[in-house]
Amino acid sequence: MSIQLHRDDDASKLGMWLFIFTELLLFAGMFIVYGVYRYLNPVAFHLAASELSITAGTINTIILLISSATIAMASSALRLKNKQLTIILLLSTLFMAFMFMTNKYFEWKGKFGHGIFPGSDDLLRLGHGDTLFYGLYFFMTGLHALHIVVGFILISVVCYRVNNNTLTNNNPVLLDNTGLYWHLVDLIWIFLFPLFYLIP
Amino acid sequence: MTKHETVSFREAQSRYKGIFAWIFSTDHKRIGLLYLYSIIIFFFTGVILGAAMKLELLAPGKTVMDAATYNAIFTLHGVIMIFLVVIPGLPAIFGNFMLPIMIGAKDVAFPRLNLLSWWIYVIGAIIALSSLFMSGGPPDTGWTFYAPYAFKTNTNMLPAVIGAFILGFSSILTGINFIVTIHRMRAPGMTWFKMPLFPWTLYGTGWIQILATPIVGITLLMIVGERIFSIGFFDPALGGDPILYQHLFWIYSHPAVYIMILPAMGAISEIIPTFANKSIFGYKVIVISTLAIAFVGYFVWGHHMFTSGMSGTALYTFSLLTFIVAIPSAIKVFNWVGTLHKASIQLETPFFWAASFLFVFMIGGLSGLALGALATNVHLHDTAFVVAHFHFIVFGGVGFAFMGAIHYWFPKIWGRMYNSKLATSGWIIFFIGFCTLYLPMFFLGVSGMPRRYYDYVERFHGPNIVSTIGSWVLILGLVIIVYNLIRSAYKGEKASKNPWGGRTLEWSVDSPPTLENFEEIPVVTRGPYDYRKKTEA
Repeated sequence: MSIQLHRDDDASKLGMWLFIFTELLLFAGMFIVYGVYRYLNPVAFHLAASELSITAGTINTIILLISSATIAMASSALRLKNKQLTIILLLSTLFMAFMFMTNKYFEWKGKFGHGIFPGSDDLLRLGHGDTLFYGLYFFMTGLHALHIVVGFILISVVCYRVNNNTLTNNNPVLLDNTGLYWHLVDLIWIFLFPLFYLIP
Repeated sequence: MTKHETVSFREAQSRYKGIFAWIFSTDHKRIGLLYLYSIIIFFFTGVILGAAMKLELLAPGKTVMDAATYNAIFTLHGVIMIFLVVIPGLPAIFGNFMLPIMIGAKDVAFPRLNLLSWWIYVIGAIIALSSLFMSGGPPDTGWTFYAPYAFKTNTNMLPAVIGAFILGFSSILTGINFIVTIHRMRAPGMTWFKMPLFPWTLYGTGWIQILATPIVGITLLMIVGERIFSIGFFDPALGGDPILYQHLFWIYSHPAVYIMILPAMGAISEIIPTFANKSIFGYKVIVISTLAIAFVGYFVWGHHMFTSGMSGTALYTFSLLTFIVAIPSAIKVFNWVGTLHKASIQLETPFFWAASFLFVFMIGGLSGLALGALATNVHLHDTAFVVAHFHFIVFGGVGFAFMGAIHYWFPKIWGRMYNSKLATSGWIIFFIGFCTLYLPMFFLGVSGMPRRYYDYVERFHGPNIVSTIGSWVLILGLVIIVYNLIRSAYKGEKASKNPWGGRTLEWSVDSPPTLENFEEIPVVTRGPYDYRKKTEA
């Protein structure tokens, strides 16, 4: 490394962790709202939650857990200087992210088909508890899906850079930080899954 | 390393020319000045709106504007001053410029991220202010965007709310940058307790920015969702709870007050020992009280909502915590006064600002206790008393510290001295105007004049006239100060490295600093306010 080029991988990691705190608190605001309205409308939340497909939710959970594993393995593969394996693992992470979104698309589409979307008349007819439950469901899973999309873009960039050898064993911090971000996305889903699908 | 740079950061060449050498610069000093110039523009917009409100209140009834215009103006005044001026004010301007120099670093930890946060700031500001030029007019909810009116009003709420959301990102990124910089880039030998107090307050501020800002971010997103998709989180008609909005809003917005005041306290902690020629009294206690304010500040948001409907237990708890958070602030005041005790004081303009800061901050702080007590709060809630208290803290506290800081660091930033006589007369006029403007509002509030009304009954007329005259005096002072600073930046006499005899690291580098700040990174061996013997050079 040349002397002029200031590089501090620990600083980049620290910055990423602080950003993760911020992200967690962003969702914490939503969890407070969820907690308050579940407390105020226990029965309606119970009934509305049983309308969600546990199968779809479980499949998505498994997909995300595996993708977290593959990106962690990609970090190790890069350190072992195995470029081909790194790329394969990153591509499989991208594939899982895509599968997650596909599954989510059909789940949302099904709900829309039943006239359940924010502001719909059918939802208003169901009453306050259901309105709030589905409002939270779409808002929180929507925000989470947005994070999946951002992660997808990040991983694509990392994959591209591993492929043209600008991201190697010498400077793995971008891959590590992308991995941290992806674990965060996974972690948030680990909380969303029981809150919306399992608790009823 | 090649030969060291001898030109200042202003003359240093980069691959861009002209204005692009500024708006694409990753130099922390240039970014600090970019913030300064943009914030000054917004500050004057806010001042004009504020003066317009005072003009309307000169006489009862309609004076210069109708009620709807008045509502829009106090909202814009709040949004501009809070989100665009005071929150980024000290950290983004002086934090960016001084933090790396004060801890002996060449730049912040993430220079490109730093530039990005300025761009995000500008984009957020443009979006927030675009509502002015749309049909329907600017929002009229007050800067707090309270539900349910925030999604019922026909004015342009969305640009203001989305703008504030984007500005939050800028604030968070600055916070992350500063915390990492302080952790990783202190000069060799600068232990935590050898770090000057301004960086310490930026550290506390950084944590508040990271941990509190996302809450208001998500809350503002919910308001957006409410308006576009009617998801119903805060709409009673759909089962939502508007009080919940107030909670979520103040969970951020009360700590935000500490984002504003902590760096101001840090600047005062730099100015006072320098002009007292004396080590600061109780350095560690000031550090600990800084962190205590940052911590306890999270748990007092409920005192904005004493009349909104909360359980008795919640009321008592929030009131008690409010009194507790006043203690570390009071400790700091004692420390500053203690530093001045038996000191040989240099009477320079920055010191006058710091001394008057103590005066107005005390009035602001003590009136805050009157509001933090439950019984008096019920009487004073939503009156002009709250306005006076808030402006004594935020305009008096933060504003005076800002003025002190800009005079204190003026020789370092521009490499020239300001005209001391003009600066001091500007200060005294501003100070008199400030007190004339806001002190009558305490009396108005106690006798029952509500805030945010464009009209009032005849018996409030006298103090309102005094207050409006005060606003004119204040603006006169402001014009003198700004004229003096702009003129001195071009024509003032050249400043030496250390015109005030300060001991912190920024006074050991050139005025203005070179691109890299230090020829070589200094090794720190003594505390930041060590006045026992003269430094060499």
